[in-house]
Amino acid sequence: MRKEIKMLWIGIAILAILSPIGLLASGDAWGEWGAEEFKKVLGFIPPGLKHFSDLWNAPLPDYTIPGLHNDYIGYIGAAIVGIILVAIFTWILGKFLAKKEA
Amino acid sequence: MHIPDGYLSPQTCAVMYGVATPFWIIAAKKVKETLTTKTVPLLSVFAAFSFVIMMFNAPVPGGTTAHAVGGTLMAIVLGPWAATIGVSAALLIQAIFFGDGGILAFGANCFNMAIVLPFVGYGVYKLIAKDAPIDSPRHWIGAAIGGYVGINAAAFCAAVEFGIQPILFHTANGTPLYCPYGLSQSIPGMMIAHLTVAGLAEAFVTGGVVLFLQKAMPHLLTTIKPKEAVA
Repeated sequence: MRKEIKMLWIGIAILAILSPIGLLASGDAWGEWGAEEFKKVLGFIPPGLKHFSDLWNAPLPDYTIPGLHNDYIGYIGAAIVGIILVAIFTWILGKFLAKKEA
Repeated sequence: MHIPDGYLSPQTCAVMYGVATPFWIIAAKKVKETLTTKTVPLLSVFAAFSFVIMMFNAPVPGGTTAHAVGGTLMAIVLGPWAATIGVSAALLIQAIFFGDGGILAFGANCFNMAIVLPFVGYGVYKLIAKDAPIDSPRHWIGAAIGGYVGINAAAFCAAVEFGIQPILFHTANGTPLYCPYGLSQSIPGMMIAHLTVAGLAEAFVTGGVVLFLQKAMPHLLTTIKPKEAVA
């Protein structure tokens, strides 16, 4: 099992390096436009949408590394940071939830 | 499919947290029965896979983008309850650190992508794969179709959540407060993207990885079968 999981992590690392492919598609997903977009499209920003849209300021917004001006490198960096955070978080969850031993 | 904050009213967000919470609680209990310290690393690797696969945005005709989620794959390997935990974990990291998906909308996003998606996807997979031997093509074909149906079920839920906003929440003169697009726009908007690009991406990823696991590491597909795990 250990060897396989190691192989799968290598696969994840390859995906992280290839992740900038995901930047090639232009535009946002449906329903994920920034509040300002509505000004252009509708002429106004729905007031509630405007009120809640900047509720939270993420440290690495839209998978960018602040101060880093290369989008592709930033995206790979964000992928690596995210993968590590997900791994740590699920590991902690697993510690709490899993039976002691198989 | 990551609904940002502001698109759903706080009331809708509260309801969606209310709907998601019992699933999280049951998932934690179920996962306690099936997950062992040996299989926790599998949860981590598939949650990380879900996280990174969601970064592969593909263009959708009409100028938007969409992506796979990897939730059905996690359900096939670890069971749907573990997939609820794993996808929720990926979504939480995305919302907090990357601003992808809202904090208020986190319950809704988990309902769509971490609950509806893996359960529908897994259900369809099971219908097709049944108890076929582990090397049977039924597994990867079922995985691909399950992935396709699961992500579309999730997209439909998101479309309904978006589309009811202008009906329920507007000012006295009818100005929408939150998502301004009704069901007649949100359903085609979400479904065109997911019936085509994202659905095919999810089918390809789910079927492809299951086929790979069948060929290269078949025992991973039999690690966590609830019956065995309980025994």
